[in-house]
Amino acid sequence: MPDRKRRLKILILHMILLPTLIYTVFFFSLAPKPWTGVDEAVVEKVAREHGREARPPLVATDKGDLLLFIFLLAGAVGGFAGGYYWRMLVGEKKTPPQDKKAE
Amino acid sequence: MHISEGILPLGWATLWFALALPFVAIGCRELKKLSQVDLAMKPLVGLLAAVVFIISCMPIPVPTAGTCSHPCGTAISAVLVGPFVSVLISTVALLIQALVMAHGGLTTLGADIVSMGIVGSFTGYAVFKVLRRFGTSLGVAAFCAGVLTDWATYMTTSLELASGIRGSEPFLPLFTKIMIAFIPTQLPLGLLEGAMTAGMVTLLARKRPDLLVRMRLLPNTSCSPL
Repeated sequence: MPDRKRRLKILILHMILLPTLIYTVFFFSLAPKPWTGVDEAVVEKVAREHGREARPPLVATDKGDLLLFIFLLAGAVGGFAGGYYWRMLVGEKKTPPQDKKAE
Repeated sequence: MHISEGILPLGWATLWFALALPFVAIGCRELKKLSQVDLAMKPLVGLLAAVVFIISCMPIPVPTAGTCSHPCGTAISAVLVGPFVSVLISTVALLIQALVMAHGGLTTLGADIVSMGIVGSFTGYAVFKVLRRFGTSLGVAAFCAGVLTDWATYMTTSLELASGIRGSEPFLPLFTKIMIAFIPTQLPLGLLEGAMTAGMVTLLARKRPDLLVRMRLLPNTSCSPL
């Protein structure tokens, strides 16, 4: 019975999505969390404790909104490249229409 | 996982570079060989390069820890195109991140290649192959490969960091301390990496099973890849 199957699918989807949503909302609303990157929170912190400070990057892109721009650009370029190659790999190839040949 | 500029002493940074270089060179040779044999390899490697680049610089908030971190993505590439080409893909991703995003340093690039590229790729590949040999399904094997790749990568970062900065302090307590500090963030992110790897591999198995057969991930006579 396709209708029963569909209802079961919707039920399972809700059973997965609802707890995930509640979990996310619950934990995100617990204030305040720094959301620091783990590289900074662990790697740089432990290194600092042992007398090794991170030097500024050789190519400094963390000025103002420049880093935000670069992240956005990298996401866009990476997303485009990923989509392009995915389409190349799995995209259906167009076959020439057979009926025109028959005419 | 990305070690910032200047954190590792020069000697250690050079050592990790020396360790990484032969793997990168073999990766270049493997890629050339693979793309000569099969033309579909080029778009697959292009796709995986984009995937690894995006995944390995995408900060994901982990509510249980209150920090952000990223998966590595190397399990997907290692399973699909082999560990050596995966090392090359990781090198390119890490180099771009170090050059333009200040995500990891240029002097510490060798250490980052060793942890994410070499250890990550080879762990994922080995776990996947062993589990498949024991008859585990494609999705479960890919999931375990993803989880262990992530954890092995961060374990190697702990090792690199502990050995580089310890000075006269004993190695093991510092190594354990760093590894424990990674656990709250990387434990859930490892599971996410596993799910992503399983998703990508099973999706490709559905859409292009011929590719997986050619890469010897599926038997030639397989009707149901999953």
